[in-house]
Amino acid sequence: MLKIENLHSNIGDKAILKGINLDVKPGEVHAIMGPNGAGKSTLASVVAGKEEYEITEGRILLDKENIEDLSAEERAHKGIFLSFQYPVEIPGVSVTNFMKTAINETRKAKGLEDMPANEMLKMIKEKAELLEIDRKFLSRSLNEGFSGGEKKRNEIFQMAMLEPKLAILDETDSGLDIDALRIVSNGVNKLKSKDNAVIVITHYQRLLDYIVPDFVHVLMDGKIVKSGDASLALKLEEKGYDWIKEEMKA
Amino acid sequence: MDLKDKILTSFLAFEDHVDVHSSIHDIRSEAIKIFETQGFPSKKEEDWKYTSLKSITKQDYSVFPKQENAIEYSDVKKYFIHDIDTYKIVFIDGKYSSHLSQTTHEGIDVCLMSSALEKEKYKATVNQYFNKVAKQTSLTALNTAFSKEGAYIHIPKHKVVEKPIQIVHFSTGNESALMLQPRNLIVVEENAQVQIIERHQSLTSNPVFTNSVTEIFVNKSAQLDYYKIQNDNQEASLIDSTFVEQKDKSFASVHTFSFGGKLTRNNLNFYQNGEYLDSTMKGITIIGDKQHVDHNTLVHHIEPNCESHQDYKGIFNDNSTGVFNGKVLVEKEAQKTNAFQANNNILTSDKATINTKPQLEIFADDVKCSHGCTIGQLDESALFYMKQRGIPEKEAKALLMYAFSNNVLSSVKIPELKQRITKLIANKLAVKIGFDL
Repeated sequence: MLKIENLHSNIGDKAILKGINLDVKPGEVHAIMGPNGAGKSTLASVVAGKEEYEITEGRILLDKENIEDLSAEERAHKGIFLSFQYPVEIPGVSVTNFMKTAINETRKAKGLEDMPANEMLKMIKEKAELLEIDRKFLSRSLNEGFSGGEKKRNEIFQMAMLEPKLAILDETDSGLDIDALRIVSNGVNKLKSKDNAVIVITHYQRLLDYIVPDFVHVLMDGKIVKSGDASLALKLEEKGYDWIKEEMKA
Repeated sequence: MDLKDKILTSFLAFEDHVDVHSSIHDIRSEAIKIFETQGFPSKKEEDWKYTSLKSITKQDYSVFPKQENAIEYSDVKKYFIHDIDTYKIVFIDGKYSSHLSQTTHEGIDVCLMSSALEKEKYKATVNQYFNKVAKQTSLTALNTAFSKEGAYIHIPKHKVVEKPIQIVHFSTGNESALMLQPRNLIVVEENAQVQIIERHQSLTSNPVFTNSVTEIFVNKSAQLDYYKIQNDNQEASLIDSTFVEQKDKSFASVHTFSFGGKLTRNNLNFYQNGEYLDSTMKGITIIGDKQHVDHNTLVHHIEPNCESHQDYKGIFNDNSTGVFNGKVLVEKEAQKTNAFQANNNILTSDKATINTKPQLEIFADDVKCSHGCTIGQLDESALFYMKQRGIPEKEAKALLMYAFSNNVLSSVKIPELKQRITKLIANKLAVKIGFDL
């Protein structure tokens, strides 16, 4: 589904990604771990199409199609979803209205009519229940005054509404208490199918107890330096990253 | 003959029609002398540094419209807030239109300046308030010299006016170029409440130059909310000078929505002649092309324990230019003043300009005064967030601009008006998004 080949990316003159290779197939969950500043969030932003990052080398393919030249909205229309580490506050636009706009713009791009209002309402109700979101919450301004946990839950609510092919969760677990973590992971798991895929970016093993990865990758200094199964995450939790550095030196 | 000379000559003709024995005559004669000495303001004056009237004053305006013009309500309905019941004072080419208006004398006076200036029963109020708070400098003096017509609103003690009052000025383009000088007087007596909506609308592309002056008196514990809709066409220019005097425990707000017109200058002045009162001034400016909007505000904190709140948002597209000059003057006696001022601007084009200048003069030592002005572009991270959700750039920008101006909108107390303004914003941003803005 997603194939990243030798991806290099800069912001300004600074090289952040220095040759990433990643192959994500439908139905898979990949976890990307690594120390601060390794380039994890950059990788997420580059795949989602943030313009500040320049791709200097390599390719990103979605279903065998090059997507590097597509705009962020075009990539979203093709089914890429990024759950932001720091969701942006947009006062004056309610969660519901924002979602209506996002869904109908995506449908428009696909040549479809607007979603009928009753269908939209039904879907909103269903997905809000899935993430245990209160109705009143949906009429509040997007992310404005939301707690950290509410913001993250709202991200996954949006993911549920948009039903993406590929979801990238960038530190969705940060700022979550244990109950919120359970609700959010439960939501992600229910949305998972054999046709879609999830990339989880995290610092902690904790989230991976709930969303069990098929593959774990360690990103250090702009490169994936080690890959393994779920047990790799446990080892990282226990031993940190130093042993990998040692291994690399050896 | 230039416009100034034409006006001075016209004044003699104007005075032929009015009673020279009235006290108003003396006021007018004094005022024309001030205008004769000062003339139109030029960019050499500090207050007019960024706004030039040259392109406006070079036109050959008719100073007196020749005839009354009729227009059908159905043709201009869209310019009214028509989905609620309101009082209406409507003028066409400067002349009162009785068939479009809905005035009243039942319990309150919502009527015409011309009759207030002439009739005996208004004499006491006129003597007490007319031309008492308007500062007589060039353009205001000019308006005073020709003050004859406009809205006269008098709300007696303890009266809460349920229906908003709309003051609408239409110009029909019957004259090749028209100058209008409406003069409004609004008196809200103790503990009374009223809401007023004002609009100037040109119906053709013939040039119109409106030099409007409004005097407002908000007495003890009274409340006034005033909304100005400035969405005129490309050849219409407006100088609006509004002077508000407030007494103890009163509340007065003026919201200015500037979305159109060639040149718009708002001189908004608040004088706090009492304690524990609140003055609120808010504005949203969204303009493009070569439009120009200038907000020049003054809050004069004279007495202790008062508040003032200013919040102006501006979005400037294309080659448009904006000015914000906000003066807060806190007298030595005005201890415990709480004055807040914010002016935030977004420039969406390299060719758009904003000149913003907060001006605080504080002589008291126990006050809270804050001011902040920002000039920026749209928040890139917010744009990326919205685009990531599938919202195209143009729509995402429009939503952000709407969000940017939203907190000014949130204090509009008439829901139908708020709806109308949001629609005007959506039109201005030229988007249709998934919901009604």
